[in-house]
Amino acid sequence: MVIGFVLRVNPLLVVTVAGLATGIASGLGPLAVVAAFGKAFITSRYVAIIWLVLPVIGLLEHAGLKERARAVVAGLSGATTSRILLAYFAIRQITAALGLTSLGGHPQMVRPLIAPMAEGAAENRYGELPPKVRNLIRAHAAGVDNIALFFGEDIFIAIGSILLIKGFLDQNGVHVEPSQLAIWAIPTAICAFVIHCTRLLFLERKLRRSVSVAEDET
Amino acid sequence: MITLEHIYWLTGLMMAGVALVNLRDPTNPRRFHNTVFWGIYAITFLVGSRLPDVVNGFLVIGMVLVASIRGLGQGKEEGSSKQAREASATHWGNKLFIPALAIPVVTVLGTVLFKKITLHGAPLVDIKQVTVISLAIATVIALSIGMAMLRPPLFAPINEARRLLDAVGWAAVLPQMLAALGALFAVAGVGTVVSGLAQQWIPLDNPSVVVLTYTIGMAIFTMIMGNAFAAFPVMTAGIGLPLIVQRFGGDPTIMAAIGMLSGFCGTLMTPMAANFNIVPTALLELPDENAVIKVQIPTALILLGANILLMNFLVFRH
Repeated sequence: MVIGFVLRVNPLLVVTVAGLATGIASGLGPLAVVAAFGKAFITSRYVAIIWLVLPVIGLLEHAGLKERARAVVAGLSGATTSRILLAYFAIRQITAALGLTSLGGHPQMVRPLIAPMAEGAAENRYGELPPKVRNLIRAHAAGVDNIALFFGEDIFIAIGSILLIKGFLDQNGVHVEPSQLAIWAIPTAICAFVIHCTRLLFLERKLRRSVSVAEDET
Repeated sequence: MITLEHIYWLTGLMMAGVALVNLRDPTNPRRFHNTVFWGIYAITFLVGSRLPDVVNGFLVIGMVLVASIRGLGQGKEEGSSKQAREASATHWGNKLFIPALAIPVVTVLGTVLFKKITLHGAPLVDIKQVTVISLAIATVIALSIGMAMLRPPLFAPINEARRLLDAVGWAAVLPQMLAALGALFAVAGVGTVVSGLAQQWIPLDNPSVVVLTYTIGMAIFTMIMGNAFAAFPVMTAGIGLPLIVQRFGGDPTIMAAIGMLSGFCGTLMTPMAANFNIVPTALLELPDENAVIKVQIPTALILLGANILLMNFLVFRH
Protein backbone atom coordinates (compact mmCIF):
# COMPACT_ATOMS: atom_id res chain seq x y z
CA MET A 1 0.00 0.00 0.00
CA VAL A 2 2.87 2.35 0.86
CA ILE A 3 4.30 1.55 -2.59
CA GLY A 4 1.01 2.62 -4.18
CA PHE A 5 1.08 5.98 -2.41
CA VAL A 6 4.71 6.52 -3.41
CA LEU A 7 3.90 5.77 -7.06
CA ARG A 8 1.05 8.31 -6.88
CA VAL A 9 -1.58 5.90 -8.12
CA ASN A 10 -5.10 7.08 -7.26
CA PRO A 11 -5.37 6.42 -3.49
CA LEU A 12 -8.89 5.05 -3.89
CA LEU A 13 -7.49 2.32 -6.12
CA VAL A 14 -4.61 1.66 -3.71
CA VAL A 15 -6.96 1.26 -0.76
CA THR A 16 -9.31 -0.99 -2.71
CA VAL A 17 -6.50 -3.26 -3.88
CA ALA A 18 -5.01 -3.33 -0.35
CA GLY A 19 -8.41 -4.30 1.06
CA LEU A 20 -9.04 -7.03 -1.49
CA ALA A 21 -5.48 -8.38 -1.06
CA THR A 22 -5.83 -8.43 2.74
CA GLY A 23 -9.08 -10.38 2.41
CA ILE A 24 -7.60 -12.92 0.03
CA ALA A 25 -4.48 -13.30 2.21
CA SER A 26 -6.71 -14.17 5.15
CA GLY A 27 -8.19 -17.04 3.15
CA LEU A 28 -11.52 -15.70 1.84
CA GLY A 29 -12.75 -16.56 -1.69
CA PRO A 30 -12.91 -13.75 -4.30
CA LEU A 31 -16.67 -13.18 -4.04
CA ALA A 32 -16.53 -13.32 -0.24
CA VAL A 33 -13.80 -10.65 -0.29
CA VAL A 34 -15.90 -8.37 -2.50
CA ALA A 35 -18.86 -8.93 -0.20
CA ALA A 36 -16.77 -8.17 2.91
CA PHE A 37 -15.50 -4.97 1.29
CA GLY A 38 -19.00 -3.95 0.24
CA LYS A 39 -20.32 -4.57 3.74
CA ALA A 40 -17.48 -2.60 5.35
CA PHE A 41 -18.09 0.30 2.92
CA ILE A 42 -21.83 0.38 3.60
CA THR A 43 -21.43 0.28 7.38
CA SER A 44 -18.92 3.17 7.15
CA ARG A 45 -21.34 5.52 5.35
CA TYR A 46 -21.78 7.69 8.45
CA VAL A 47 -18.32 9.15 7.68
CA ALA A 48 -19.79 10.91 4.62
CA ILE A 49 -22.72 12.66 6.38
CA ILE A 50 -20.51 15.75 6.80
CA TRP A 51 -20.92 16.51 3.07
CA LEU A 52 -24.52 17.54 3.77
CA VAL A 53 -23.07 20.92 4.82
CA LEU A 54 -21.97 21.67 1.25
CA PRO A 55 -25.24 23.11 -0.17
CA VAL A 56 -25.57 25.77 2.51
CA ILE A 57 -21.84 26.55 2.69
CA GLY A 58 -21.74 26.90 -1.11
CA LEU A 59 -24.79 29.14 -1.08
CA LEU A 60 -23.26 31.41 1.57
CA GLU A 61 -19.93 31.53 -0.23
CA HIS A 62 -21.77 32.62 -3.36
CA ALA A 63 -23.31 35.41 -1.30
CA GLY A 64 -19.87 36.54 -0.07
CA LEU A 65 -19.36 34.73 3.26
CA LYS A 66 -15.56 34.50 2.89
CA GLU A 67 -15.31 38.14 1.83
CA ARG A 68 -17.36 39.15 4.87
CA ALA A 69 -15.12 37.07 7.18
CA ARG A 70 -12.09 38.94 5.82
CA ALA A 71 -13.80 42.31 6.18
CA VAL A 72 -14.61 41.62 9.84
CA VAL A 73 -10.96 40.87 10.52
CA ALA A 74 -9.92 44.04 8.67
CA GLY A 75 -11.99 45.99 11.20
CA LEU A 76 -10.04 44.58 14.16
CA SER A 77 -6.81 46.53 14.50
CA GLY A 78 -5.00 43.99 16.69
CA ALA A 79 -5.85 40.96 14.55
CA THR A 80 -2.88 38.97 13.29
CA THR A 81 -2.83 35.54 11.66
CA SER A 82 -1.18 34.10 14.77
CA ARG A 83 -3.69 35.59 17.15
CA ILE A 84 -6.67 34.43 15.12
CA LEU A 85 -5.32 30.89 14.91
CA LEU A 86 -4.41 30.95 18.62
CA ALA A 87 -7.91 32.07 19.55
CA TYR A 88 -9.46 29.37 17.38
CA PHE A 89 -7.10 26.77 18.87
CA ALA A 90 -8.15 27.70 22.40
CA ILE A 91 -11.87 27.74 21.59
CA ARG A 92 -11.69 24.47 19.66
CA GLN A 93 -9.70 22.66 22.36
CA ILE A 94 -11.85 23.87 25.24
CA THR A 95 -15.16 23.13 23.50
CA ALA A 96 -13.88 19.69 22.45
CA ALA A 97 -12.92 19.03 26.09
CA LEU A 98 -16.54 19.84 27.00
CA GLY A 99 -17.76 17.29 24.47
CA LEU A 100 -18.73 19.87 21.84
CA THR A 101 -16.57 18.31 19.11
CA SER A 102 -19.02 19.31 16.37
CA LEU A 103 -18.39 23.05 16.88
CA GLY A 104 -15.53 23.01 14.37
CA GLY A 105 -14.53 21.05 11.30
CA HIS A 106 -12.95 21.73 7.93
CA PRO A 107 -15.99 22.04 5.65
CA GLN A 108 -18.17 24.02 8.06
CA MET A 109 -15.68 26.25 9.94
CA VAL A 110 -12.18 26.27 8.45
CA ARG A 111 -12.97 26.78 4.77
CA PRO A 112 -15.73 29.39 5.07
CA LEU A 113 -14.56 31.27 8.20
CA ILE A 114 -11.22 30.54 9.87
CA ALA A 115 -8.97 30.33 6.79
CA PRO A 116 -10.37 33.54 5.22
CA MET A 117 -9.98 35.36 8.56
CA ALA A 118 -6.37 34.20 8.97
CA GLU A 119 -5.59 35.21 5.38
CA GLY A 120 -7.39 38.52 5.77
CA ALA A 121 -5.32 39.41 8.83
CA ALA A 122 -2.10 38.72 6.92
CA GLU A 123 -3.32 40.79 3.95
CA ASN A 124 -4.03 43.72 6.27
CA ARG A 125 -0.51 43.63 7.63
CA TYR A 126 1.55 42.71 4.62
CA GLY A 127 -0.57 43.55 1.56
CA GLU A 128 -1.13 41.12 -1.29
CA LEU A 129 0.14 37.62 -0.32
CA PRO A 130 2.30 35.42 -2.55
CA PRO A 131 0.49 32.10 -3.28
CA LYS A 132 3.04 30.14 -1.20
CA VAL A 133 2.33 32.23 1.89
CA ARG A 134 -1.42 32.06 1.34
CA ASN A 135 -1.26 28.27 1.09
CA LEU A 136 0.88 28.04 4.23
CA ILE A 137 -1.72 30.02 6.18
CA ARG A 138 -4.52 27.79 4.90
CA ALA A 139 -2.62 24.62 5.82
CA HIS A 140 -2.07 25.99 9.32
CA ALA A 141 -5.75 26.81 9.67
CA ALA A 142 -6.57 23.16 8.88
CA GLY A 143 -3.84 21.91 11.24
CA VAL A 144 -5.13 24.00 14.15
CA ASP A 145 -8.57 22.43 13.80
CA ASN A 146 -7.08 18.90 13.90
CA ILE A 147 -4.60 19.36 16.73
CA ALA A 148 -6.97 21.25 19.02
CA LEU A 149 -9.66 18.62 18.43
CA PHE A 150 -7.47 15.56 18.99
CA PHE A 151 -5.91 16.80 22.21
CA GLY A 152 -9.09 18.32 23.59
CA GLU A 153 -11.71 15.64 23.00
CA ASP A 154 -10.09 13.00 25.22
CA ILE A 155 -10.73 15.15 28.29
CA PHE A 156 -14.47 14.54 27.78
CA ILE A 157 -15.57 11.26 29.36
CA ALA A 158 -18.18 10.19 26.82
CA ILE A 159 -16.01 10.52 23.71
CA GLY A 160 -15.46 7.56 21.36
CA SER A 161 -11.81 6.95 22.21
CA ILE A 162 -12.42 6.86 25.97
CA LEU A 163 -15.31 4.44 25.50
CA LEU A 164 -13.15 2.30 23.24
CA ILE A 165 -10.35 2.19 25.83
CA LYS A 166 -12.79 1.24 28.57
CA GLY A 167 -14.48 -1.40 26.43
CA PHE A 168 -11.21 -2.97 25.37
CA LEU A 169 -9.68 -3.03 28.87
CA ASP A 170 -12.91 -4.47 30.30
CA GLN A 171 -12.71 -7.34 27.81
CA ASN A 172 -9.20 -8.01 29.07
CA GLY A 173 -10.25 -8.03 32.71
CA VAL A 174 -8.78 -4.63 33.60
CA HIS A 175 -11.33 -2.16 34.95
CA VAL A 176 -10.73 1.59 34.68
CA GLU A 177 -12.90 4.65 35.28
CA PRO A 178 -13.67 6.88 32.25
CA SER A 179 -13.27 9.95 34.48
CA GLN A 180 -9.74 8.82 35.42
CA LEU A 181 -8.87 8.26 31.75
CA ALA A 182 -10.08 11.78 31.01
CA ILE A 183 -7.98 13.27 33.83
CA TRP A 184 -4.82 11.58 32.56
CA ALA A 185 -5.41 13.10 29.13
CA ILE A 186 -4.93 16.57 30.62
CA PRO A 187 -1.09 16.64 30.83
CA THR A 188 -0.80 15.85 27.11
CA ALA A 189 -3.53 18.39 26.31
CA ILE A 190 -1.53 21.11 28.09
CA CYS A 191 1.66 20.08 26.27
CA ALA A 192 -0.19 20.20 22.93
CA PHE A 193 -1.46 23.71 23.69
CA VAL A 194 1.97 25.01 24.71
CA ILE A 195 3.82 23.38 21.81
CA HIS A 196 1.44 24.35 19.05
CA CYS A 197 0.76 27.86 20.27
CA THR A 198 4.51 28.52 20.47
CA ARG A 199 4.76 27.39 16.86
CA LEU A 200 1.89 29.68 15.88
CA LEU A 201 3.70 32.66 17.44
CA PHE A 202 6.75 31.83 15.33
CA LEU A 203 4.47 31.55 12.29
CA GLU A 204 3.77 35.29 12.40
CA ARG A 205 7.49 36.02 12.23
CA LYS A 206 7.88 33.57 9.36
CA LEU A 207 5.03 35.21 7.44
CA ARG A 208 6.56 38.65 7.81
CA ARG A 209 9.90 37.38 6.58
CA SER A 210 8.59 35.35 3.62
CA VAL A 211 6.41 38.23 2.39
CA SER A 212 9.36 40.63 2.44
CA VAL A 213 11.57 38.04 0.68
CA ALA A 214 8.93 37.65 -2.03
CA GLU A 215 8.86 41.43 -2.47
CA ASP A 216 12.63 41.60 -2.84
CA GLU A 217 12.51 38.96 -5.55
CA THR A 218 9.99 40.85 -7.67
CA MET B 1 -38.20 7.89 14.86
CA ILE B 2 -35.50 9.47 12.73
CA THR B 3 -32.69 6.98 12.18
CA LEU B 4 -29.39 7.01 10.35
CA GLU B 5 -31.15 5.40 7.37
CA HIS B 6 -33.23 8.56 6.78
CA ILE B 7 -30.06 10.66 6.86
CA TYR B 8 -28.53 8.30 4.28
CA TRP B 9 -31.53 8.88 2.01
CA LEU B 10 -30.97 12.64 2.29
CA THR B 11 -27.26 12.24 1.51
CA GLY B 12 -28.16 9.93 -1.39
CA LEU B 13 -30.55 12.55 -2.82
CA MET B 14 -27.81 15.18 -2.66
CA MET B 15 -25.33 12.86 -4.39
CA ALA B 16 -27.94 12.05 -7.06
CA GLY B 17 -28.46 15.79 -7.57
CA VAL B 18 -24.73 16.31 -7.97
CA ALA B 19 -24.67 13.51 -10.57
CA LEU B 20 -27.55 15.10 -12.52
CA VAL B 21 -26.04 18.60 -12.52
CA ASN B 22 -22.83 17.10 -13.89
CA LEU B 23 -24.75 15.19 -16.58
CA ARG B 24 -26.32 18.45 -17.83
CA ASP B 25 -23.08 20.45 -17.76
CA PRO B 26 -21.22 20.40 -21.10
CA THR B 27 -18.39 22.57 -19.63
CA ASN B 28 -17.14 19.55 -17.64
CA PRO B 29 -14.87 17.54 -19.97
CA ARG B 30 -15.42 14.36 -17.93
CA ARG B 31 -19.07 14.86 -17.12
CA PHE B 32 -20.06 11.22 -17.74
CA HIS B 33 -17.32 9.99 -15.40
CA ASN B 34 -18.58 12.36 -12.71
CA THR B 35 -22.19 11.35 -13.30
CA VAL B 36 -21.42 7.64 -12.97
CA PHE B 37 -19.19 8.18 -9.91
CA TRP B 38 -21.62 10.29 -7.89
CA GLY B 39 -24.56 8.29 -9.30
CA ILE B 40 -23.23 4.99 -7.93
CA TYR B 41 -22.38 6.71 -4.66
CA ALA B 42 -25.99 7.94 -4.49
CA ILE B 43 -27.22 4.35 -4.97
CA THR B 44 -25.12 3.10 -2.04
CA PHE B 45 -26.81 5.68 0.17
CA LEU B 46 -30.37 5.28 -1.15
CA VAL B 47 -30.65 1.47 -1.28
CA GLY B 48 -27.27 0.19 -0.02
CA SER B 49 -28.81 -1.13 3.19
CA ARG B 50 -31.13 -3.42 1.22
CA LEU B 51 -28.69 -4.67 -1.44
CA PRO B 52 -26.67 -7.87 -0.91
CA ASP B 53 -23.11 -7.23 0.34
CA VAL B 54 -21.55 -8.58 -2.83
CA VAL B 55 -23.56 -6.14 -5.03
CA ASN B 56 -22.42 -3.25 -2.85
CA GLY B 57 -18.87 -4.53 -3.20
CA PHE B 58 -19.06 -4.44 -6.98
CA LEU B 59 -20.67 -0.98 -6.91
CA VAL B 60 -17.72 0.31 -4.88
CA ILE B 61 -15.23 -1.32 -7.24
CA GLY B 62 -17.11 0.33 -10.12
CA MET B 63 -16.74 3.76 -8.47
CA VAL B 64 -13.04 3.19 -7.89
CA LEU B 65 -12.49 2.19 -11.53
CA VAL B 66 -14.37 5.24 -12.85
CA ALA B 67 -12.29 7.52 -10.59
CA SER B 68 -8.94 5.95 -11.45
CA ILE B 69 -9.30 5.41 -15.21
CA ARG B 70 -8.84 8.88 -16.73
CA GLY B 71 -10.27 10.41 -13.56
CA LEU B 72 -12.99 12.90 -12.73
CA GLY B 73 -13.36 16.44 -14.09
CA GLN B 74 -14.77 19.76 -12.98
CA GLY B 75 -17.21 22.13 -14.66
CA LYS B 76 -16.17 25.72 -15.36
CA GLU B 77 -17.02 27.96 -12.44
CA GLU B 78 -20.25 29.72 -13.16
CA GLY B 79 -21.21 33.30 -12.47
CA SER B 80 -20.10 34.69 -9.16
CA SER B 81 -17.29 37.17 -9.75
CA LYS B 82 -15.21 38.53 -6.88
CA GLN B 83 -16.86 41.96 -7.29
CA ALA B 84 -20.34 40.43 -7.10
CA ARG B 85 -19.41 38.51 -3.96
CA GLU B 86 -17.88 41.59 -2.33
CA ALA B 87 -20.96 43.66 -3.14
CA SER B 88 -23.17 40.93 -1.71
CA ALA B 89 -20.96 40.68 1.39
CA THR B 90 -21.37 44.41 2.01
CA HIS B 91 -25.11 44.19 1.40
CA TRP B 92 -25.76 41.32 3.83
CA GLY B 93 -23.08 42.16 6.40
CA ASN B 94 -22.81 39.96 9.47
CA LYS B 95 -26.18 38.34 8.76
CA LEU B 96 -24.23 36.00 6.49
CA PHE B 97 -22.78 34.37 9.59
CA ILE B 98 -26.20 33.36 10.93
CA PRO B 99 -26.77 30.28 8.74
CA ALA B 100 -23.09 29.29 8.95
CA LEU B 101 -23.04 29.41 12.74
CA ALA B 102 -26.45 27.75 12.92
CA ILE B 103 -24.78 24.49 11.86
CA PRO B 104 -22.58 24.02 14.96
CA VAL B 105 -25.11 25.59 17.33
CA VAL B 106 -28.03 23.42 16.20
CA THR B 107 -25.81 20.31 16.15
CA VAL B 108 -24.75 20.88 19.74
CA LEU B 109 -28.29 21.72 20.89
CA GLY B 110 -29.55 18.63 19.07
CA THR B 111 -27.10 16.28 20.76
CA VAL B 112 -28.30 17.59 24.13
CA LEU B 113 -32.03 18.02 23.51
CA PHE B 114 -32.87 15.03 21.30
CA LYS B 115 -31.99 12.71 24.16
CA LYS B 116 -34.90 14.17 26.11
CA ILE B 117 -37.58 14.56 23.42
CA THR B 118 -39.93 11.62 22.98
CA LEU B 119 -42.90 11.06 20.68
CA HIS B 120 -45.56 8.59 21.90
CA GLY B 121 -43.01 7.20 24.34
CA ALA B 122 -40.35 6.53 21.69
CA PRO B 123 -37.38 8.89 21.24
CA LEU B 124 -37.65 11.29 18.29
CA VAL B 125 -34.25 10.32 16.94
CA ASP B 126 -32.04 7.25 17.28
CA ILE B 127 -30.10 8.08 20.48
CA LYS B 128 -27.09 5.97 19.54
CA GLN B 129 -26.50 8.15 16.46
CA VAL B 130 -27.62 11.45 17.96
CA THR B 131 -24.56 13.51 16.94
CA VAL B 132 -24.59 12.53 13.29
CA ILE B 133 -28.36 12.94 13.02
CA SER B 134 -28.19 16.34 14.77
CA LEU B 135 -25.52 17.45 12.30
CA ALA B 136 -27.71 16.43 9.37
CA ILE B 137 -30.76 18.21 10.81
CA ALA B 138 -28.60 21.27 11.49
CA THR B 139 -27.56 21.45 7.84
CA VAL B 140 -31.22 21.31 6.76
CA ILE B 141 -32.15 24.11 9.17
CA ALA B 142 -29.15 26.21 8.14
CA LEU B 143 -30.04 25.73 4.48
CA SER B 144 -33.64 26.76 5.15
CA ILE B 145 -32.48 29.93 6.91
CA GLY B 146 -30.08 30.65 4.05
CA MET B 147 -32.75 30.12 1.39
CA ALA B 148 -35.29 32.31 3.22
CA MET B 149 -32.72 35.05 3.70
CA LEU B 150 -30.93 35.13 0.34
CA ARG B 151 -33.79 33.95 -1.90
CA PRO B 152 -31.54 32.37 -4.55
CA PRO B 153 -32.90 30.31 -7.47
CA LEU B 154 -34.43 27.01 -6.29
CA PHE B 155 -31.62 24.82 -7.61
CA ALA B 156 -28.77 27.06 -6.39
CA PRO B 157 -27.95 24.85 -3.35
CA ILE B 158 -27.46 21.72 -5.41
CA ASN B 159 -25.40 23.61 -8.00
CA GLU B 160 -23.22 24.96 -5.21
CA ALA B 161 -22.91 21.52 -3.63
CA ARG B 162 -21.80 20.20 -7.02
CA ARG B 163 -19.16 22.92 -7.33
CA LEU B 164 -17.67 22.18 -3.90
CA LEU B 165 -17.96 18.40 -4.10
CA ASP B 166 -16.29 18.26 -7.51
CA ALA B 167 -13.52 20.52 -6.15
CA VAL B 168 -12.87 17.87 -3.50
CA GLY B 169 -13.37 15.09 -6.07
CA TRP B 170 -12.73 11.43 -5.25
CA ALA B 171 -11.00 12.47 -2.01
CA ALA B 172 -14.52 12.95 -0.63
CA VAL B 173 -14.97 9.16 -0.62
CA LEU B 174 -11.48 8.31 0.67
CA PRO B 175 -12.22 8.60 4.43
CA GLN B 176 -15.12 6.17 4.11
CA MET B 177 -12.96 3.82 2.05
CA LEU B 178 -10.22 3.88 4.69
CA ALA B 179 -12.74 3.21 7.44
CA ALA B 180 -13.82 0.16 5.44
CA LEU B 181 -10.19 -0.91 5.05
CA GLY B 182 -9.65 -0.66 8.81
CA ALA B 183 -12.61 -2.97 9.36
CA LEU B 184 -11.13 -5.47 6.90
CA PHE B 185 -7.72 -5.31 8.62
CA ALA B 186 -9.40 -6.09 11.92
CA VAL B 187 -11.23 -9.09 10.41
CA ALA B 188 -8.02 -10.39 8.84
CA GLY B 189 -6.04 -10.09 12.10
CA VAL B 190 -3.25 -7.84 10.79
CA GLY B 191 -2.61 -6.59 14.34
CA THR B 192 -1.54 -9.89 15.90
CA VAL B 193 1.11 -10.31 13.23
CA VAL B 194 2.59 -6.87 13.92
CA SER B 195 2.75 -7.17 17.70
CA GLY B 196 4.30 -10.64 17.30
CA LEU B 197 7.07 -9.09 15.24
CA ALA B 198 7.68 -6.34 17.81
CA GLN B 199 7.92 -8.82 20.69
CA GLN B 200 10.36 -10.92 18.72
CA TRP B 201 12.77 -8.17 17.64
CA ILE B 202 12.88 -5.52 20.36
CA PRO B 203 14.61 -6.09 23.75
CA LEU B 204 11.68 -5.58 26.06
CA ASP B 205 13.26 -6.19 29.49
CA ASN B 206 13.70 -2.52 30.41
CA PRO B 207 10.59 -0.50 31.40
CA SER B 208 11.72 2.62 29.50
CA VAL B 209 12.31 0.64 26.32
CA VAL B 210 8.86 -0.89 26.69
CA VAL B 211 7.24 2.53 27.10
CA LEU B 212 9.19 3.77 24.10
CA THR B 213 8.07 0.78 22.01
CA TYR B 214 4.45 1.15 23.08
CA THR B 215 4.14 4.89 22.42
CA ILE B 216 6.12 4.97 19.18
CA GLY B 217 4.40 1.75 18.12
CA MET B 218 1.01 3.42 18.69
CA ALA B 219 2.09 6.36 16.51
CA ILE B 220 3.53 4.24 13.69
CA PHE B 221 0.72 1.73 13.70
CA THR B 222 -1.78 4.58 13.65
CA MET B 223 0.03 6.03 10.64
CA ILE B 224 -0.33 2.70 8.81
CA MET B 225 -3.97 2.16 9.74
CA GLY B 226 -4.94 5.85 9.56
CA ASN B 227 -6.76 5.54 12.86
CA ALA B 228 -5.63 5.31 16.50
CA PHE B 229 -8.75 3.29 17.32
CA ALA B 230 -7.46 0.48 15.12
CA ALA B 231 -3.95 0.64 16.57
CA PHE B 232 -4.94 0.75 20.24
CA PRO B 233 -6.29 -2.80 20.70
CA VAL B 234 -3.34 -4.25 18.81
CA MET B 235 -0.56 -2.42 20.65
CA THR B 236 -2.24 -2.65 24.05
CA ALA B 237 -2.91 -6.37 23.80
CA GLY B 238 0.56 -7.00 22.35
CA ILE B 239 2.78 -4.74 24.47
CA GLY B 240 0.85 -2.49 26.86
CA LEU B 241 -1.01 -4.99 29.05
CA PRO B 242 1.49 -7.90 29.13
CA LEU B 243 4.61 -5.78 29.63
CA ILE B 244 3.85 -2.30 31.00
CA VAL B 245 1.03 -3.39 33.31
CA GLN B 246 1.70 -7.02 34.17
CA ARG B 247 5.46 -7.31 34.13
CA PHE B 248 6.46 -3.83 35.30
CA GLY B 249 3.38 -2.96 37.36
CA GLY B 250 2.41 0.18 35.43
CA ASP B 251 -0.93 1.91 35.92
CA PRO B 252 -3.36 0.78 33.17
CA THR B 253 -5.37 4.02 33.21
CA ILE B 254 -2.36 6.27 32.63
CA MET B 255 -0.92 3.88 30.07
CA ALA B 256 -4.16 3.73 28.09
CA ALA B 257 -4.83 7.48 28.19
CA ILE B 258 -1.35 8.54 27.11
CA GLY B 259 -1.04 5.58 24.73
CA MET B 260 -4.16 6.65 22.82
CA LEU B 261 -2.86 10.23 22.64
CA SER B 262 0.46 8.94 21.25
CA GLY B 263 -1.60 7.33 18.54
CA PHE B 264 -3.23 10.71 17.82
CA CYS B 265 0.29 12.11 17.18
CA GLY B 266 0.52 9.48 14.43
CA THR B 267 -2.86 10.56 13.01
CA LEU B 268 -1.40 14.03 12.40
CA MET B 269 1.35 12.61 10.19
CA THR B 270 -0.39 10.20 7.83
CA PRO B 271 -2.26 10.54 4.53
CA MET B 272 -4.23 7.48 5.63
CA ALA B 273 -6.19 9.75 8.01
CA ALA B 274 -7.69 11.27 4.89
CA ASN B 275 -10.60 13.14 6.42
CA PHE B 276 -8.27 15.12 8.70
CA ASN B 277 -5.24 15.51 6.44
CA ILE B 278 -6.13 15.08 2.75
CA VAL B 279 -9.73 16.30 2.46
CA PRO B 280 -8.87 19.77 3.90
CA THR B 281 -6.15 20.29 1.26
CA ALA B 282 -8.83 19.71 -1.38
CA LEU B 283 -11.34 21.92 0.45
CA LEU B 284 -8.81 24.74 0.81
CA GLU B 285 -7.61 24.33 -2.79
CA LEU B 286 -3.99 23.67 -1.82
CA PRO B 287 -1.78 22.41 -4.68
CA ASP B 288 0.26 20.12 -2.37
CA GLU B 289 -1.91 17.34 -0.95
CA ASN B 290 0.55 16.85 1.92
CA ALA B 291 0.50 20.55 2.90
CA VAL B 292 -1.53 19.99 6.08
CA ILE B 293 0.59 17.01 7.16
CA LYS B 294 3.75 19.08 6.69
CA VAL B 295 2.62 21.84 9.06
CA GLN B 296 1.50 19.25 11.61
CA ILE B 297 4.62 17.05 11.70
CA PRO B 298 6.76 19.28 14.00
CA THR B 299 3.98 19.51 16.61
CA ALA B 300 3.27 15.78 16.29
CA LEU B 301 6.90 14.77 16.86
CA ILE B 302 7.52 17.14 19.79
CA LEU B 303 4.25 16.06 21.36
CA LEU B 304 5.10 12.38 20.90
CA GLY B 305 8.37 13.07 22.74
CA ALA B 306 6.38 14.78 25.50
CA ASN B 307 4.07 11.75 25.72
CA ILE B 308 7.03 9.38 26.05
CA LEU B 309 8.44 11.46 28.92
CA LEU B 310 5.03 11.83 30.59
CA MET B 311 4.36 8.11 30.46
CA ASN B 312 7.83 7.30 31.80
CA PHE B 313 7.34 9.66 34.75
CA LEU B 314 3.71 8.89 35.52
CA VAL B 315 2.90 5.30 34.71
CA PHE B 316 5.17 3.54 37.22
CA ARG B 317 4.63 5.80 40.25
CA HIS B 318 1.42 5.25 42.17
